Amino acid sequence: MTESTEDKPLTAMLEVRNLEVAYGKIVAVKQISFSVEQGQVVSLIGTNGAGKTTTLRTISGLLRPTQGEIWFQGERIDNVAAHDIVTRGLAHSPEGRRIFPRLTVEENLLLGAFSRRDPAGVRTDLDSAYDLFPILGERRKQPAGTFSGGEQQMLAMGRAMMSRPKLMMLDEPSMGLSPIMMKRIMSTVTELQRQGTTILLVEQNAQAALKRADYGYVLEVGQIKLSGTGRELLVNDDVRKAYLGED
Amino acid sequence: MTDVQTETPVTPAAAPKKRPIAWPLGLAGAVFVIVGSCLSWSYDGSILNNLSINFYPGGLQILAIIVAVVSLVLLVLDKGKLGWWLDTTAGLRSLGTGLAFFMVLVLAAISVESDGLINVNPGGYITLVGALLLAVAAWLMPLRHGLRDMSKAKSPAWAEIAAIALLMAALLFTAAYALGLDDAWLFILCLVFIATIAVGLFRTGAMSWVSHAGQRHRKVLTLASFAVAFLFPFTQDGSDANMSIATSVLVFAATAMGLNIVVGLAGLLDLGYIAFLGSGAYVAATLSQSAFATIGWKPPFLVVVLVGACVAALLGLVIGSPTLRVSGDYLAIVTLGFGEIFRFAMFNLDGNNGPNLTNGPNGIPGIPDLELFGFNFGAVHHPFGIELGRFSNYYFLLLVLTGGVILVFSRLNSSRIGRGWVAIREDEKAAEAMGVNVFGLKLLAFAVGAFLAGLAGTIKAHQDGAVSPDQYMFLESAFLLAAIVLGGMGTIAGVLLGATILKLLPEKLRFFSEYRLLLFGITLVLMMRFRPEGLVASRRRQLEFHEEDEKLADEVEHQLVEEAK
Repeated sequence: MTESTEDKPLTAMLEVRNLEVAYGKIVAVKQISFSVEQGQVVSLIGTNGAGKTTTLRTISGLLRPTQGEIWFQGERIDNVAAHDIVTRGLAHSPEGRRIFPRLTVEENLLLGAFSRRDPAGVRTDLDSAYDLFPILGERRKQPAGTFSGGEQQMLAMGRAMMSRPKLMMLDEPSMGLSPIMMKRIMSTVTELQRQGTTILLVEQNAQAALKRADYGYVLEVGQIKLSGTGRELLVNDDVRKAYLGED
Repeated sequence: MTDVQTETPVTPAAAPKKRPIAWPLGLAGAVFVIVGSCLSWSYDGSILNNLSINFYPGGLQILAIIVAVVSLVLLVLDKGKLGWWLDTTAGLRSLGTGLAFFMVLVLAAISVESDGLINVNPGGYITLVGALLLAVAAWLMPLRHGLRDMSKAKSPAWAEIAAIALLMAALLFTAAYALGLDDAWLFILCLVFIATIAVGLFRTGAMSWVSHAGQRHRKVLTLASFAVAFLFPFTQDGSDANMSIATSVLVFAATAMGLNIVVGLAGLLDLGYIAFLGSGAYVAATLSQSAFATIGWKPPFLVVVLVGACVAALLGLVIGSPTLRVSGDYLAIVTLGFGEIFRFAMFNLDGNNGPNLTNGPNGIPGIPDLELFGFNFGAVHHPFGIELGRFSNYYFLLLVLTGGVILVFSRLNSSRIGRGWVAIREDEKAAEAMGVNVFGLKLLAFAVGAFLAGLAGTIKAHQDGAVSPDQYMFLESAFLLAAIVLGGMGTIAGVLLGATILKLLPEKLRFFSEYRLLLFGITLVLMMRFRPEGLVASRRRQLEFHEEDEKLADEVEHQLVEEAK
């Protein structure tokens, strides 16, 4: 179990160093450091209010850190505008899915590709999104708001894929889903990894998230308490007690 | 009407309750209306364009006959094959009810204009009875079930194009006729007639066929609409009375269409939009040849247009860049304030407080007519031997402007930028996560909207011949916004319709002018209650306001699939 990654050389795809984020006087994330290596699935687990979503929102440029640095592919991005970050290959599927309910499936997916300017490539990726989630293809002209939670999650993931990201950040994809649908979504995560996308996965459902993670971090009240490979964390006593409901 | 290609013959589901008397009753009603309309309605020949001569129907009587004939056609179709497609019952109900209302109003008009009901002749009563019979018969008729889906009706292209052309010609004729009525009663009655026919056609589903045909031949429809707008001045016999109304409608419509980009596409509530029109107008005025113009530089008008539009766009950027970072309500308040600041600035820049740019409350009068490429807009011209006055000249120029604004609107709407705006309007935070440059696109919407308004303003200054601060009150911004909400936010046809209604009615119904705002308020409240998506609704807004309606969702989906084909 490593404590922090202070002075590691910059080899990781995403490197977060001493990040601190505050809402006014309330500090939500305190001096956290972690990294995501190319091709990995990295999980960030923790309870409600641990600062997981805040961390993701800061990485994707929707929030500004009060301290610390974020490096993506060797470039510092903590002061770059959100739309620029997407262009650089970092996609964010936000908490609560945030699909556009009144737009059709296809319009939603095309908005995911907003940062791109290669219509032909977008077309191809649209087809591959429909291949990955056939139900989206069947209902491409239907308003997305009429979908079930699981279908909306598929759409949210498909939409994030449409920017052809190098790193995809998923914020609680399993939230509010049935166990079957959750399995489906999680296996998609593995599938995306197989296709070469690096994934930063934020979850409350520690079991599901750690099982598929190459590496994991446990966030507690804005600080990283533990880290290790997914397997290590799954068998760790503290993790089992706190997150897997075992004594 | 149509060559119907059916895949499988489906018989309409059995009607619940047959009332055999309804059909002959309706027939009798229609015949009564026609006969009654051929007889004299009123003893007094001096009112309502003379309805007093037997077997020589006046204007209102012809309108009644038209409704009756349409009803007759529907009654006949009810028995035929087209009855499977057209909802004749619903159509007849609205026609009958509308006609009865029309006749009651006619009798009221006769008794008000002349001295009491004593002046009504038997013809009037016969027609009223006929209308009532028709209405009763229609309400007795069973509601139709198992109607075929109108969107699946296919007919030869020439028939569809002919139908569009016919409809447009009817539109032109009706517009010319209605505007030619200078008596308020006649105008109102004509409006009731138009509403009756329009609602009747919509209810039967005939309009739905036309709109599907219009979607299939979009170019024809667009072209025909512009042809109608273009031909309108030729119907006016050189009279400027209606043309001055028509030009002000066009200025209003072009400005509303610009605001539609800001409000309808990007979803930004701008309550001070009229200031951008004003800044364009003031730029044109101060740079004009008027003796009261305060700036010595007199560039050609094309330069003035650019300067005016750019000044407006610059103002848009100046007001937008600090405020567009905040959302919704704050933006509305700031823009509201900006609109008033503009008006007071124009009021006060009179030389006493700061430089003399605007002559303060006196404004800048005496702005000469435009002269472009040797064409004098102030002169009367006679193309094809038809006299076209000063306002007709401006009308054509403004028509080009409106067409340009519509083009900008529709191109933006279907572009990548348009998609970004839709995303911002729907969910700003999610849009940001998708990589949409939220602030940049909002600012762009603001600037484009301001630019177009400034453009319209430069022409408006010359057409009005004067500018003064009180032309640009908050109320004008509110009216622009109301035109958009009333017509249908984010649509082209809707906003044009809304702008026309809001500008035309007050002009024609001058005797109502004291109650104008009251009526306007009541209309808006009723609209928000019964049709919040506006007269012409975009599919998305329909969904927004009727989310629980699954049938509608299916319809919308179907339409989208249709469009994608």
